[in-house]
Amino acid sequence: MSPTALQISGLDKNFGALQVARHIDFELQRGARHALIGPNGAGKTTFLNLITGVLRPSAGRIQLLGSDITDMGQSKRSRLGLARTFQINQLFKGLSVLDNVCLAIAERTGVARSLLAPFGRHQRVIDEAMHLLQMLRLDGDAMQLVNQLPYGQQRLVEIVIALGQNPQVLLLDEPAAGVPSAESQLILEVMDSLSDDIAILIIEHDMEIVFRFAKRITVMLAGAILTEGTPDEIAADDRVRAIYLGDFQRGHLA
Amino acid sequence: MRWTQNNQHPSRRHRWHPAEALPWVIAVGAYFALPNYLAFGTQILITIIFAISLDLILGYAGIITLGHAAYFGTGAYAAGMLSAHLGWNEPITGLVLAGTAAAVVGWISGLVLLRYRGLTLIMLTLTTAILLYELANTLENITGGFDGLLGIQISPLLGRFENDLWGHTYYWYSLTVLFIVFLAARRVVFSPFGRSLIGIRDNVHRMHAIGTPVRRRLVTIYTISAGVAGIAGGLFAQSNAFVTLDVLGFVRSGTILVILILGGTGRLYGAFVGTVVYMVVEDELTKLSPEFWEFGVGLVLVLVVLFARRGLLGLMADINERMHKVWS
Amino acid sequence: MSAFLNIVISIVFDGLAYAMILFIISVGLSVTMGLMGFVNLAHGVFAMAGGYATVAIMTQFGIGFIPALLCAGVAIGIASLVLERTLYAPLYKAGELDQLLLSIGLVFMASGAFTYFFGPDPVSVQLPNYLRGQIDLGVRSFPTYRVFMIAVGIAMALVLWLGLERTLLGAQIRAAVDNRPMAEAVGINVGLLFKLTFALGSGIAAIGGGLAIDILGLTPNFAIQYLVLFLIVVAVGGLGTIRGTFVAALALGIIDNAGKYLWPEGGAFFIYAVAIAILLWRPAGILGRTD
Repeated sequence: MSPTALQISGLDKNFGALQVARHIDFELQRGARHALIGPNGAGKTTFLNLITGVLRPSAGRIQLLGSDITDMGQSKRSRLGLARTFQINQLFKGLSVLDNVCLAIAERTGVARSLLAPFGRHQRVIDEAMHLLQMLRLDGDAMQLVNQLPYGQQRLVEIVIALGQNPQVLLLDEPAAGVPSAESQLILEVMDSLSDDIAILIIEHDMEIVFRFAKRITVMLAGAILTEGTPDEIAADDRVRAIYLGDFQRGHLA
Repeated sequence: MRWTQNNQHPSRRHRWHPAEALPWVIAVGAYFALPNYLAFGTQILITIIFAISLDLILGYAGIITLGHAAYFGTGAYAAGMLSAHLGWNEPITGLVLAGTAAAVVGWISGLVLLRYRGLTLIMLTLTTAILLYELANTLENITGGFDGLLGIQISPLLGRFENDLWGHTYYWYSLTVLFIVFLAARRVVFSPFGRSLIGIRDNVHRMHAIGTPVRRRLVTIYTISAGVAGIAGGLFAQSNAFVTLDVLGFVRSGTILVILILGGTGRLYGAFVGTVVYMVVEDELTKLSPEFWEFGVGLVLVLVVLFARRGLLGLMADINERMHKVWS
Repeated sequence: MSAFLNIVISIVFDGLAYAMILFIISVGLSVTMGLMGFVNLAHGVFAMAGGYATVAIMTQFGIGFIPALLCAGVAIGIASLVLERTLYAPLYKAGELDQLLLSIGLVFMASGAFTYFFGPDPVSVQLPNYLRGQIDLGVRSFPTYRVFMIAVGIAMALVLWLGLERTLLGAQIRAAVDNRPMAEAVGINVGLLFKLTFALGSGIAAIGGGLAIDILGLTPNFAIQYLVLFLIVVAVGGLGTIRGTFVAALALGIIDNAGKYLWPEGGAFFIYAVAIAILLWRPAGILGRTD
């Protein structure tokens, strides 16, 4: 089996004269713990949108677990093992926490296609959902409507839905942004507990999380990859420090 | 008992609630209590079937359409023409064929139209229905055009029960069909498929992201909905033994939309409440003056949109909640 | 002149006059929908009100046709603002369905109310003498009123287009249609802009309604009867574009007229087939924005 979970070559995207992705070459290994950083507007979320199929590239190819997905739609890519979370919550606002997760699990297991048996008969889906919720200490709020939860917990639900897809490649877009420390701690714990088979790419601004979590870091700037390397290499890189003007909390400050 | 399905546990949600027997008790009771109104009652039952078909796509999947009469009308003309032109007078098979014809039309139009959303979809559904209307108008040798389709002669039901002047047979016939349709719709709505439709209505972007083949699901429910609408249309043709162009018209599409909104979308029973209230009030008010009724419908619609957006059932649910809070 | 050419010219000419009416009534709808995204099926009510107002002003005050038209336009334009503030504004953030339902409700209310006040029979208008009869344009003669219609339509299109392209206000409108948040960010008062455009659009529609009396007829059912047609013109042309509305009105007006003329029993369905085809090919309309 190919060791590369995600392989991107020559990815370009322009909206007319505006180029938001410039010839990006990128690889994500199986079991990766990879962070994507860069200033606002660097094109990180756009990059994620290109990988997941929200945007079609102008040029380049994307391979997921050995299959070329460049021309595939979003849902097909998801079914091949790709899951993502959104920077701005995309939850099922009118439904309960439990329902939110059940939707993802039902889809993955093919249960969602069933027209005739009531959902309630599929106890395994519900049990798996509750198990995931327990992992993120949301089981007590399982029956709460999602739009009545505080923001931090909504952010957790955002992640649980993606986990319900049981992905092999997980893309997280600023999972801890705006989240109180209790919940962001929990997010980190969950990410740590995920299987070594899963490749995780996380976009983050919080450098503490980045350096705690990532084994490799890619830096983006103006739609292109500036550099890539281990956390130590990145922390020592002058260009990166110039961008962040000494934001690092690893003690390697100028 | 909280009727808001979203707060219920997924393993128990589909269980029958005692209050659900009420509409059927009322329907059966009406047979005995209002023997002079059975023909009217039959039309109410038929309209409820039509409204349920719309709820499946509007209330559950969030598909907005101004042209659902296209499928009602297809079913009506199919059932009518089977009898009038092909001499196929058996009602039950005729009804099944009517529903199938409408489902096929629904499937084809769904495949084409459901690539679009929002205003474009609204316009496309509207124009498709009008196109069918004008087509039926043009092909007046088979549809009867403005004068209507004549020569429909439906055989007695199950070989024995004729459609008599007081409408006894057809009341039971329609009620039975409604019951079967309702059971099927209820199944679909509480199934995993039905839940995924609710997901699509709530946040289609996330549904794409979790791997849902959104368009396929929409086309499926659209086809089912068209079939049910066709069954309603078929019943309409059989019970009236007459079909005119307005079965395909914009007024019919608009009316069923108003009815469902009035009753409340996404609850299946909204179809019952909305239809009964609308048709009874219409019957009374048009006797006073048609323009009074027209104005009144408009006014009610405006008020519902501004103040009671979830319809009559929504209002009842709100009152129910308030009372729970008061008593606990 | 050959009989065939004569027929073609008649069809195109009548279609043009019809198209101009469609344009004048629909252009306001296109711009307001493009600006605010509000699905307003009740736009035809302004046209209908304009027609009735024109006739009422003429009979009550003995004013001539054209002055009455202008008065009606101003009156309806101002009155429409009341409607906008009270009923439409609360729903700007609501979904398309709600807006659609509200506007349908308004159409029904208007239809019922107008039937009550004016009766169900068609209303006619006394055209001034100089607009009646035929006018000789050299090649052949045409009904004067239709020539007038075409002239007014083209003039209106030019004025509106110039206004949109050459004035500051027009630039602001274009900016707001293109990207509302950005326009607000640079200080354009989009709310005020919208009120202005709404009033202007309704007023112009009212004038269109008055002009339409002699060509389309006027009953209290007018808004319902032509609801679909105005919507189709706007959807096919694209939201928020004057040129788009003009092109769509031209195409649909001439095709509809040609269809009915050449095939009286079945010609009506051509424009719907054409509309569907165009919407499938260009969902945002011929000149609409795709983003």
